Amino acid sequence: MSKTTEELYREREKRVLDAIALTKPDRVPVVALFSFFPAKYSNMTVREVMYDPEKQWKAYWRTLTEFEPDMDQNPFALRFIGPLLDTLDFRQLKWPGHGISDNFTYQFVEDEYMMADEYEAFLFDPTDFMIRKYWPRVFGALGGLGKISPPRHIVTYAMGMPFGFAPYNTPEVAASLDALKAAGEKSMEIAKYAASYTAKAKEAGFPMQYGGFTQAPFDTLGDYFRGTKGLMLDMYRRPKLVIRACEKLLPLMIDMAVGASRASGNPRIFIPIHKGLDGFMSMEQFHTFFWPTLRDLFVALINEGIVPCPLWEGNCTSRLPTIGDIPPGRALYGFEATDIFKAKEILGDKVCIKGNVPLSMMATGTPEDVVAYCKKLIDVVGRDGGYIMDAASSLDNAKTENVRAMIDFTKEYGVY
Amino acid sequence: MNDKLINLMADLQEEETMKMVEELIASGTDPVTILDDARRAMEVVGKRFEQCEYFIPDLMMAGEILQGITKMVKPRIKQAQGAGKKGRVLVGTVAGDIHDIGKDIVTFMLDVSGYEVLDIGIDVPVETFVEKTREFKPQVLALSGFLTLAFDSMKKTIEALVAANLRDGLKIMIGGGQMDDEVRKYVRADAYGKDAVAAVNLCREWIGG
Repeated sequence: MSKTTEELYREREKRVLDAIALTKPDRVPVVALFSFFPAKYSNMTVREVMYDPEKQWKAYWRTLTEFEPDMDQNPFALRFIGPLLDTLDFRQLKWPGHGISDNFTYQFVEDEYMMADEYEAFLFDPTDFMIRKYWPRVFGALGGLGKISPPRHIVTYAMGMPFGFAPYNTPEVAASLDALKAAGEKSMEIAKYAASYTAKAKEAGFPMQYGGFTQAPFDTLGDYFRGTKGLMLDMYRRPKLVIRACEKLLPLMIDMAVGASRASGNPRIFIPIHKGLDGFMSMEQFHTFFWPTLRDLFVALINEGIVPCPLWEGNCTSRLPTIGDIPPGRALYGFEATDIFKAKEILGDKVCIKGNVPLSMMATGTPEDVVAYCKKLIDVVGRDGGYIMDAASSLDNAKTENVRAMIDFTKEYGVY
Repeated sequence: MNDKLINLMADLQEEETMKMVEELIASGTDPVTILDDARRAMEVVGKRFEQCEYFIPDLMMAGEILQGITKMVKPRIKQAQGAGKKGRVLVGTVAGDIHDIGKDIVTFMLDVSGYEVLDIGIDVPVETFVEKTREFKPQVLALSGFLTLAFDSMKKTIEALVAANLRDGLKIMIGGGQMDDEVRKYVRADAYGKDAVAAVNLCREWIGG
C-alpha cells in the first residue's frame, strides 16, 4: 500500500530532524538548492521566472515533483523578485533586463553603501541610518527619504511634531512614499505566492528546508554596507568600529531569524557564510572579527528552538576546530569546498553535515562521476547518521542527469 | 635599499610607512628608490601570502599602501617608468559574470610583479576577448569567473580564440570562485590557478620574469 502524502511529509521531516539530531534516520536525506535550475529544466529563461509568478510556479513545481528531494525550498522569496526590483529601482543587484542577459542569474553589485566615516552614525541609530542614508543608496526610488527628519526627533506634540513632518510635503518625499506603496503591492504578491506554495507542497508531502534567512553580523556589514574591500581594509584601519558594528548588528540578525521562523512556523533558518572563509581572513582575524558574533547568533537561535543552517561557502577547512563550539545536535552545517571528510572527523559528534558534490562535477561531469562521489560521501560522511546529501551550492548550471543521479542514488544506496 | 621601509610596508603598518615615505621625500631621497623598496616589500607580502601567513585582506591592505606611496612619489619622478616589462597578460571576467574582486587582485599582483597587464573588465563578451587578444598580443590570457555560468562563457571564449587562429602560442589560465581543474579540462585552458600568487607563478613559468 502506498503512503499518504501526510505520511510522506512526516517521514521526510523526521528523516531530516533525525540527521540534525545526530541520530540515524531510515536513510540519508537528500535536498537540493535548485536556484534557477528549474527555469532551464522547463525551457524558460531566468527572466521569465523572475517576472511571471505562474511560470515560476510551474517550473519549480515540476522540478519538485519530478525529482522528489526530501525537502524543498520555497522559490518565491528569492526568485520572484523582478517586479519588486523594478519598482524600487534596486541598485545592489544586476538582473536579466538590467545589466544581465535573460538566461543568467542575478548578481550582487559590490560597492560601499555605507562610507568609512559613517560608522558612528550607524552605531548611534542604525534604523535611522538605514532609512535616511542607506535606503536612498540601495533603492533608487527612495531617494526622497534622505530628506525626512530623523524619526527619533518626533516624539510628541512638544517634541519634534510641529515642524517634524514638513519634509513630507516635498515632491521628493512624496515620490518615495508612492514608491513604497507600490513596493507594498509587489511584496504582498510575493508573500501570497510564497504562502500558497508552501501550503501546496505540504499537501503534496514536501516540507520546506528553511523558514527564513539571516546572516553573520560581519557578513551583513561587509556584503551590504561596507563592501568586501571596504570591510577588509577596515579590519586594519578601524578595527574597534568593525567589532562594535558587528555587536550592534547581532541582535538585529537574531531578531530577523526569530521573526521569520515564528511567521513561517519552520525552525530552520538559512545563513550563508561569505567572508569568514579560509583565505578571506587570517585565523586571528576570524577569531577577532567573525566568529564571536556568529557563534553568539547560533547560540541565541538555538536557545530560541531554532536550527541555524549555515552554508559555509568556499573552503573553511581551517575553521573546523573552531566552529564545532556550539551545542551538539542543534545545527546543520552545509559545506561547499571544505574538506567534508575532515569535517566528519572533527565535527561528526557535534553537528549534522550537508553537502558537497562539487558544482564543477554537477555541471561538467557525468552521472557516473556523481554516483561515485555520492557513494563515498554516504560511506564516509554518512556513516552512523548526522549527514544530509546535497550539492556544494546552487544547481543553476547543473546537468539534469547529474541532479537526478545525486537524488536517486542517495535514495537507493543511502538506506541505513 | 631601505630595510626599515621594506619591513614597515611588508608588515602593513600603513601610518608608519606613509610617515617614513614623507620623511624620505623631505630629506631628498631619490623617489625611484622609494618605489623600488615598495616593490621589494610587495615581494615579501607575496611570499607571506604563498606561505599562508597572509590572506586576501593583507594583499588588499598592501595594495592600498602601495597606491598611497605611488601617489606621493610618482609626481616627483621625471622620466616615465614602465620600460622593461616582463611580458604581456590580458585579464578579464568572462561574459555574464560581473564579479571583479578576485580579478582585480590578480591584475594588481601581476602588475607589481613586473608584467604589462591589460585588464578589460567584467562581463567581457567573447568577441572582445578575441579582438583584444589580436590587438594586445598577450603571451598569457587570464580568464576570471565566480559563478558556474562562467564555465560555458570560458569555453566559448577559448573556442572563439581557436577559430580566430589566436590560440597557438597563447597560454590560458582560469581562476575564480567555482573554478577547479575539472573546469580547466572542460573549457580547455592550460592551467587553473587557485589565487593571485598562483597566477603570478604561472606567468613566471610560462614567460619568465
